Amino acid sequence: MTTMRNALALCVLLAATAAGAQYSGGGIKLGLLTDMNGVYSAISGPGSLKAAEMAAADFMKANKDFAGKVTVTAVDHQNKADIASNKASEMFDRMDVDAIFDTVNSACALATAAIAAQRHKVFIDTGAGTSELTNEKCNKFTFHYAYDNYMLANGTGTTITTKQGGKTWYMIYPNYAFGQNLERQMRAAVEKNGGKLVAPSEATPFPNTDFSSYILKAQSLKPQVFGTMQAGADLVNVVKQYNEFGLKKQNVGLAIGLLFESDVAALGQDAFQGAVATVPWFWNLDKAATDWSRKFEKAFGKKPTFDQAAVYSAVTQYLEAVKRAKTDDGEKVVAQLEGHKFNDFFARNGEIRKQDHGLILDVYQVQVKPKSEAKEDGDYYKEINKTSADQAFTPLAESKCKMAP
Amino acid sequence: MQDGSVTLLFIQIFNGLVNGAFYALLSLGLAVIFGMLRIVNFAHGALYMLGAFTAYALGERFGLGFWPSLLLAPLLVGLFGVLLERSMIRRLYDLPASYNLLLTFGITLLIQDGVRLIYGISGAPYAPPGQLTGATNLGFVMFPTYRLFAIVISVLICGLTWFVIERTRVGAVVRACTENPTITRAFGIDVSLWVTAVFGFGAALAGLAGVLAAPIYSVDPLMGSELIITTFAVVVIGGLGSILGSVVTGYAVGVLVAIGSALYPPIANTLIFILMALVLLLRPSGLFGLQEAR
Repeated sequence: MTTMRNALALCVLLAATAAGAQYSGGGIKLGLLTDMNGVYSAISGPGSLKAAEMAAADFMKANKDFAGKVTVTAVDHQNKADIASNKASEMFDRMDVDAIFDTVNSACALATAAIAAQRHKVFIDTGAGTSELTNEKCNKFTFHYAYDNYMLANGTGTTITTKQGGKTWYMIYPNYAFGQNLERQMRAAVEKNGGKLVAPSEATPFPNTDFSSYILKAQSLKPQVFGTMQAGADLVNVVKQYNEFGLKKQNVGLAIGLLFESDVAALGQDAFQGAVATVPWFWNLDKAATDWSRKFEKAFGKKPTFDQAAVYSAVTQYLEAVKRAKTDDGEKVVAQLEGHKFNDFFARNGEIRKQDHGLILDVYQVQVKPKSEAKEDGDYYKEINKTSADQAFTPLAESKCKMAP
Repeated sequence: MQDGSVTLLFIQIFNGLVNGAFYALLSLGLAVIFGMLRIVNFAHGALYMLGAFTAYALGERFGLGFWPSLLLAPLLVGLFGVLLERSMIRRLYDLPASYNLLLTFGITLLIQDGVRLIYGISGAPYAPPGQLTGATNLGFVMFPTYRLFAIVISVLICGLTWFVIERTRVGAVVRACTENPTITRAFGIDVSLWVTAVFGFGAALAGLAGVLAAPIYSVDPLMGSELIITTFAVVVIGGLGSILGSVVTGYAVGVLVAIGSALYPPIANTLIFILMALVLLLRPSGLFGLQEAR
C-alpha cells in the first residue's frame, strides 16, 4: 500500500515537474519582426537582434533549467504592413514562435497586434510611436514598450514651456498619421502649460527634402521655439536648413518630436546642439545603463539605441513572466505580465499597466550637448529634466482602451 | 503684412532657383546621355548620391575639404560612369528598351546597397565650407550664402555645357555622333569613344549636383531616389533629349514648386506631375522638344 501511495505521489510529482517545463515545441522561440535593411534598420534591425540574443543568453545563464531552450529568430517586414501581417501569421503558425518583439514601424505594429490577438500569442512592441496600440487598438495580447507620441509630445512640450521659458511656438509636421498625431499632442501640451502657437502648425509633404519655406516663415514669425515633428532623413533636412538659415543665432530654439541617436550621428552633434527632445532612455543615463551599453557595444560594435535596449528589457521581462507562469501559453504569460512592476537597466519605476498594456517608466528630457563637451563618441545628451513614470504617459482616465477579457 | 508676403514670395523664388539648380544639373546630364546614347539612365539618382558620399569620403579618409571635393568628386563619379559604360551600358545599344530599364535600375540598387553597407542607412554629416556659411544681403532679405553659390555654379555649368555642345567643334562632333553615327564614323571619328566620354560627362554632372547638395540636404543612400522622380518629370516636361529644355524646365519647375509650397503646401509636389500630365496631353514631345518630334 505504501509502495502504491509512493508510486502515486511520484507520478503526481513527475506530472507536476513535467507541467512545469511544458513549452510548446519543446522550447521558447522568440521572434523579432522588424526592419532589417530599410530606413529603421539603424535604430532597430541587426542591433535589435543582437540585443534579443543577449537577453536570451543572459536569461539562460541565470536560469539553468532554461539552458538551451530559448532561441531567437529575426524576420524582416520591410516596413510594409501587409508583409508584417503575413510574416506574423507565419511566425506564429508555422515557425512555432511564442512571442514577437520590436516592429519599430507603427503600421507594422498595428498589423502584428491584430494577428497576436487572433492567435492568442504575446506581442511586445518596442520602437513604434503610435498611441493606438494602447488606446483604440489595444488588445489582450499586445504590449507597448518604450515610448509613444503622448509621452514624447507631453514631455517635450511641457518641459520647454514651463522650465525653459519657451512660450511662443511655431510647428511643422509631416503629413501622415504619425506626424499629425504628434503635432496634435504637442500643441495640446504647449497650450495646457500657457504657451501659444504664433501661427497654425503646417503640414509638410512626406518625404521631403526642402523645408526652406517653413524655415523662412519661422524666421519672420520669430517664435521662441520652432517645433519639428519630422523623423529620420526628413528631420536631418529640417535641422540642416534650420542651421543654414541661422535660426539658432536669431534665438529660435529647436524642439524635436522624435529624436533617435542615429539622427544625431547622421548630421553631427554640433548641428543638433541645443535641441530638446524626450527619450525613454539613453546609453549613458546612469551606471546600470552604461554598464549594459558597454557590454552591448563590445558584442555589436556600436552603441545601443533606446529601441535596442528596450528589446533586451522586453525579452527579459517576457522570459521572466514565462518562468513565473511555468508555461509559454499566451494567456498565462499575459496574466503574469499585467501589472508587473520592475526596475532594470532600461526602466526606472517600470510598470506594465494592466488597463492598457503600456509600459510606463521614468522618461528624460534631454538637450544635445556640443561636441566639445562630449566625453566620447556618442556622448550626445545632457539630461535637463526627468518626468516620473506616473506623469509621463497618458493618464488612465483618458485612455480609450477597452480591453476584451 | 502685404509687404511681408511679397518679400516671402521673392525669397521663395530664390529657394526655387536653388532646387531648380539641382533639377537642372541632373536633367541636363540625363538629356545629354539620352541625346547621345538613347539610354534613359535610371541610375542617375544613384550617381548623384555617389557624388555626395564621395565628397564625404574624401573628407573623412583624406581630410579634403569642400573645395577640392567640388572638383574631385565629380571627376571620380565621371570615371565611375566611364567604367559603367564600358563594362555594362555599352551592351544595351542593340537591345530592346526594357533591358535599359532593368540594367540601369539594377545598377541603382547595387550602388545604393553598396553605400549603405559602408556608411549605414542613416547617412553622413556634411557641413558647408567656412567661406560660404552665413547669409548675404540681397537687398530685400538675408539669404544663405551657400545657396546663392549653388545657384551660381549650376547656372555656370549649365551655360557652359550648352555653349560647348551648341557652339564648339567638340559639340559639333557630339551632335554628329547623335544624328548619324554611321556617317560620322565614315569621317574617321571614333564614335564609341565619344559615347563613353559623354556618358562619363553626364555622370560627372550628377556627381557635381551631389557634392553641391551635400551641405544643404540629408546625405543618405536614398537621397537620389526621391529626387530622380522629379528629375524625370522635368525631362519629360522639357522634352526628352533637349538640352536647353531640360535646363530651363529644371529652374522653372523649382520655382513653381517653391511658390506652390508658399501658397498651398499640400499641392506643391503634385504641381510637377500636373504640369507633366498637361504637357503630355497638349505637347507630347515636351515644351522644348521640337527637334525630337521630327
